[in-house]
Amino acid sequence: MLETFFNLEIARSAWPIILAGLGNTVLLSLVVVPLGLTGGLGLAMLASVRKPWVRYPLMAWVDFFRAFPPLVLLIFLFAGLPFAGLELGGFACVCIAFFLNTGAYYGEILRAGIESVPSGQTEAARSTGLGRVQTMLFVVLPQAVRNVLHDLLSNTLEVVKLTALGSVVAMPELLFQARQAQSLTYNPTPIVLAAVIYFVMLWPLVRLLSRLENRALAVRV
Amino acid sequence: MSAWDRFLEAFFNPVVMSRYLPDILKGTLLTIELAALIIVSGLALGLALALLRSFGFRPLNLLIIFVVDLFRALPPLVIIVFIYFGLPAVGLSPSGFVSTWLSLMFVLMAFSEEIYWAGITSIPKGQWEAARSTGLTYGHALMSVVLPQALRLTIPPLTNRTIAITKGTALASVVAVGEILGMASSAVSNSYNPSPLTMGAVAYLILFLPMVVFGRYLETRMAWKR
Repeated sequence: MLETFFNLEIARSAWPIILAGLGNTVLLSLVVVPLGLTGGLGLAMLASVRKPWVRYPLMAWVDFFRAFPPLVLLIFLFAGLPFAGLELGGFACVCIAFFLNTGAYYGEILRAGIESVPSGQTEAARSTGLGRVQTMLFVVLPQAVRNVLHDLLSNTLEVVKLTALGSVVAMPELLFQARQAQSLTYNPTPIVLAAVIYFVMLWPLVRLLSRLENRALAVRV
Repeated sequence: MSAWDRFLEAFFNPVVMSRYLPDILKGTLLTIELAALIIVSGLALGLALALLRSFGFRPLNLLIIFVVDLFRALPPLVIIVFIYFGLPAVGLSPSGFVSTWLSLMFVLMAFSEEIYWAGITSIPKGQWEAARSTGLTYGHALMSVVLPQALRLTIPPLTNRTIAITKGTALASVVAVGEILGMASSAVSNSYNPSPLTMGAVAYLILFLPMVVFGRYLETRMAWKR
């Protein structure tokens, strides 16, 4: 058992491959999280325009991309679009898919956050002479983010986990590299190693989320 | 032929679509089967863990917290790949279907335990004390007084989380399961036309869009009552 799943020798020889994968996973996360946040912020800003011709298409857009499995979106971009003459490559496909999918999730969360800020805040800020944009940036958004911090972090955790999908379109991230090492060595140790790395990397965030959840409940009761 | 015609020919090709419709339907049935298994077993296991945790036996609780954290931190695809490609090394070779089922079941178990537990702990102490003082046993108080109130609170977050995890059934295509995406992908490479992917996308929307809309409805409804 130990020989198979925790083979030190194989772990040592696979280490450089895995490490390169870890680097790429971190880089990929650093690209897709801000990308998703930007998309979400755009959607949330649009949602504060209370016109039916903005509101309903926006809702449809968000629900559409929340209903669509991210892997299906990714495969559609990666394997479908080339037929329309659009060959984008794995990285670009991952970026677009994450922008659309996680943008919708971030958008929902930020919208809820912005709606949770009492309108008196906006009115007060506007009456002191701040412009619309300034009011949003300096008064509403800081409070909104604080109100939905737990959901934002929880979604960010999901986004980082989702980068493992990159392996399906041959992005050399952690899971892909581990699969490569596994097929080279005929031993599952590299996959165990990758799992351990994911766990060590994300456990602090999971713990923090549990903490925040408990504190939120303690406040409510 | 104009660009628009070429586009239609590629993504909405009627010949290819009618040829592969049965495959996509078969895949849809398999997705539904897989999703149902994951939802039922995952939610049941999560509730069982939350109930076990409420007995407050410390070593057991630490173990539960660790298992829950583990499955919240690992990407589902990593778990699937581990079960499907890793376990054969010790003589177990679960099929792709079983690998996906087990993986997503554990993930849903972990997330739902967390939500159930948050629900149980959010019930004020007075409810417990009142129930116990009327002579109910611990188990009875939990089952008839605390849980009914706790479960109500958990419905909206549980629905959203369940949908998000159930969408993960598409990951089964990576381990050669013929669910919607798997069927669509192989149809694309057989026909050299992406129309099956369009059909697959529509199938996913038909399955999941109502669930997402329902989740949104639950969220706003419960928000009003609070």
